[in-house]
Amino acid sequence: MRALRSVRAWLRDAPAIPFLILGLIAFAAVFADFLAPHDPQFGKLSERFLPPFWIERGSTAHIFGTDHLGRDVLSRLIFGARVSMVVGFTAVIVSGVVGTTLGIVSGYLGSWADQIIMRVTDAWLALPALTFAIFLAAIVGPSEMNIVIILAAVYWTRYARIVRGEVLSLKEREFVRLAIVAGCSKWTIMRRHILPNVINSSIVLATLMLGIVIVTEASLSFLGVGVPPPKPAWGVMLADGKQGLMVGHWWLTVMPGTCIMLMVLAANLLGDWLRVKLDPQLRQL
Amino acid sequence: MTAPLLELRNLSTHYVSASGTRVVRAVDDVSLTMNARDTLGIVGESGSGKSTLALTMLRVLPPAARIVGGQMLLEGEDLVAKSEEEMRKVRGKRIAMILQDPMASLNPLFSIGDQVGEPLRQHEGASRASAWKKAIGLLKAVRIPAPESRVTQYPHEMSGGMRQRIVGAIGISCEPRLLIADEPTTSLDLTIQAQYLNLLRDLQQDYGLGLIFITHNLGIVAKMCNLLAVMYAGRVVESGPVSTVFNAPAHPYTAALLHSIPRMTERRERLSAIDGQPPDMSALPKGCAFAARCPRVFDRCRQEEPPVFTPSPGQTARCWLAEGTR
Amino acid sequence: MRQFIARRFGYSLLSLLLLSLTIFLFIRLTGDPTSLLTEPGATEADIAAVQQKFGLDKPIWVQYAYFMGSLIKGDLGESFYYQTPVLELYLSRLPNSLMLATVAMAFSLVLGIPTGILAAVKVGRFWDSAGKLFALLGLSLPSFLVGLLMILFFSVYLEWLPSSGSGTFLHLLMPAFALGWYFAAAHMRLTRSSMLEVMGSEYIKLARLKGLTETRVIVKHAFKNALIPVVTLAGINMINMINVAVVVETVFAWPGIGRLLYEGINFRDFPVVQGVVIIGGSMIVVVNLLVDVLYALIDPRIRLEK
Repeated sequence: MRALRSVRAWLRDAPAIPFLILGLIAFAAVFADFLAPHDPQFGKLSERFLPPFWIERGSTAHIFGTDHLGRDVLSRLIFGARVSMVVGFTAVIVSGVVGTTLGIVSGYLGSWADQIIMRVTDAWLALPALTFAIFLAAIVGPSEMNIVIILAAVYWTRYARIVRGEVLSLKEREFVRLAIVAGCSKWTIMRRHILPNVINSSIVLATLMLGIVIVTEASLSFLGVGVPPPKPAWGVMLADGKQGLMVGHWWLTVMPGTCIMLMVLAANLLGDWLRVKLDPQLRQL
Repeated sequence: MTAPLLELRNLSTHYVSASGTRVVRAVDDVSLTMNARDTLGIVGESGSGKSTLALTMLRVLPPAARIVGGQMLLEGEDLVAKSEEEMRKVRGKRIAMILQDPMASLNPLFSIGDQVGEPLRQHEGASRASAWKKAIGLLKAVRIPAPESRVTQYPHEMSGGMRQRIVGAIGISCEPRLLIADEPTTSLDLTIQAQYLNLLRDLQQDYGLGLIFITHNLGIVAKMCNLLAVMYAGRVVESGPVSTVFNAPAHPYTAALLHSIPRMTERRERLSAIDGQPPDMSALPKGCAFAARCPRVFDRCRQEEPPVFTPSPGQTARCWLAEGTR
Repeated sequence: MRQFIARRFGYSLLSLLLLSLTIFLFIRLTGDPTSLLTEPGATEADIAAVQQKFGLDKPIWVQYAYFMGSLIKGDLGESFYYQTPVLELYLSRLPNSLMLATVAMAFSLVLGIPTGILAAVKVGRFWDSAGKLFALLGLSLPSFLVGLLMILFFSVYLEWLPSSGSGTFLHLLMPAFALGWYFAAAHMRLTRSSMLEVMGSEYIKLARLKGLTETRVIVKHAFKNALIPVVTLAGINMINMINVAVVVETVFAWPGIGRLLYEGINFRDFPVVQGVVIIGGSMIVVVNLLVDVLYALIDPRIRLEK
């Protein structure tokens, strides 16, 4: 009961728009099977390139129109939300866990562990993220699972860098020294004393990374090295829609484009809010 | 009778928070008068509103601050009523100010000559060449050796005392009527402090300036000033000629400050001899703001705010103890 | 100073080494580098030649020595599709990429710096909010989406600009804007914060106290100081742009390095993909080194350090 109340108090000044957008996308992702009016992967070729319903030739059966294979755009958008959600969140969580762990180990243990982890981080940070992701995708081949691994491999370095910096200053603090004097093992200190103090930064970073990860996934899918085609990912839809752009099939670009934009916008807004909420240094301002 | 150099009448500057709910009366109902060649010392703890008062006189306030009432008469002209553009022509030309931190006051990207000559170019339309020539003269006036080569140098090539002199040279460049110095010596070491104070006094003599010293150091006031105003919680609690106030302080706060002047034998850095903390400026108590810390407090002080009394000619005090002295 | 540069140089070498090791190991990670390194439909003889060249039948550290050996010689392999050395191919596309990045950078600065200054000068008021919205949109609208929407509007609807290809300046406009868009938002944010920091400084206060006009305070005293970090970032972003351009160049069929990378993926032309990654990463390591050395030369605190 008390926990519930404090959660409510905490959320009171939460910005409505990003929660609404992300909630809607999450809802679509979870209940896609019930919500989608048509099969997202098959369509009638006789119903190709139908425009949205408010335009002449459009019909309420396909309210956002159909694509070059006659597939229902709305249904593909709804299932595409599932892809974006699953890939986006998993990649952010995996990279966050790996990066935070390595950052803590690097910062706390220091010496050779720090040297190795930080030199690798430096080298990987030098690789332009998208180019690096494309290179990895070209090696392992496209699949949803591979995309998650690729995104995690590309982005864990960002967490490691920031977490390490925080750990370095935490290490000098009284309560950590006290724990050392009290005879806690290194692993206990890292888990019980360091981790809870850096987790906020990791969460804020993860929220800010969500937008970047989603854009990267969409870019990879758009280039044909992301989620493999029959699956309805928003980036794939954009790539398909590009063919029809010049003859005026605008909805095939605008619809998935809007979805990507809204989700990234929501993630960025949420990240900005969380940063002020969770980062004590910023909160004081 | 000619108008005094500067006369402040019931001047008030308030800070209003973004939501408009918190109001800080940083400068509240301040009245002061000074003539040319006077040196006025404004004394108070940090947060008492003395720096805000200085910025108010030049109307260079942070966005949250507003002059909410009163008049500032410079040689009879009300500065509060002036337009921003008219006010701009006063700054640097008729009133100049030396800031607290001389190290940070100079722009790192421009040469000394450029920065010293800048007010001349702005206010007197001097050409680049003549401003440059005058800048050399000004550096000479503030006793910087080899001014011809110094003008071409940049701030990072100068020592702290040197930069402080340069800021002083900028202050006097347009021969202002009034020079305000906001704690000009806090960042200097003691010997350079003394040299700089002597320099300011000589400049005052040579140019016939009015000088306002903002400080928390009563020792400097004793050495430099003929007038004194003591500020507490945004108000001038006591003012008057230095000799009068030092000999017979009418306000217990002034008395406490005088008691805490650092002697040669025991050096104290801050005015801390008075027990208690300065009040929260956004939630001042009823009655006298100093009541909570006052050694001679009585019931009336907590109920009613004291008005301005005149214990002796030229001396004012906001304290019930001074009632009836007039 | 000398010690600082030497140490920094050592780090860069180490980064390059780790970079090559990373790329080398990832190629072997999938189990069969032969299939990646040989053309689809290659003959037995071709496969044998590739195995010979990279020493694929030898232990892994020998393979790495082979790999590094050819890298040091500047040999990045030969494109399957174009049948020309990758390095040559890369260099032939570089001018196009540089042209695109230069114009995109110009766009981003022309857009980002004035809006950043405006937002800082009018902090908390309408223009600041508008600037914040612009920055948020800049960071939330992926460049390929901006590109597609621009094609829709300027090529399909208005029929003003060509939708793809290269050759004239008109061809350059949309890709440069789409690429510069994201960076404009980044430059705007940095200009705003750097300008706010400068505007709060004592020397700006003194400039106002001198009675200078507000325009002069901003243009002469604040602007120049606020610009230093922005210019530094822009320099680094120039390289980033060349590398990030892959989606924009794909959307507009602009024949730069990004397009080369896209072709590399589509034609399963692995040497090209690998070459672009290696050169791209190395460029960033080298530019970072140069920036640090330049800073050391400018900043007296580092310069005078023994």
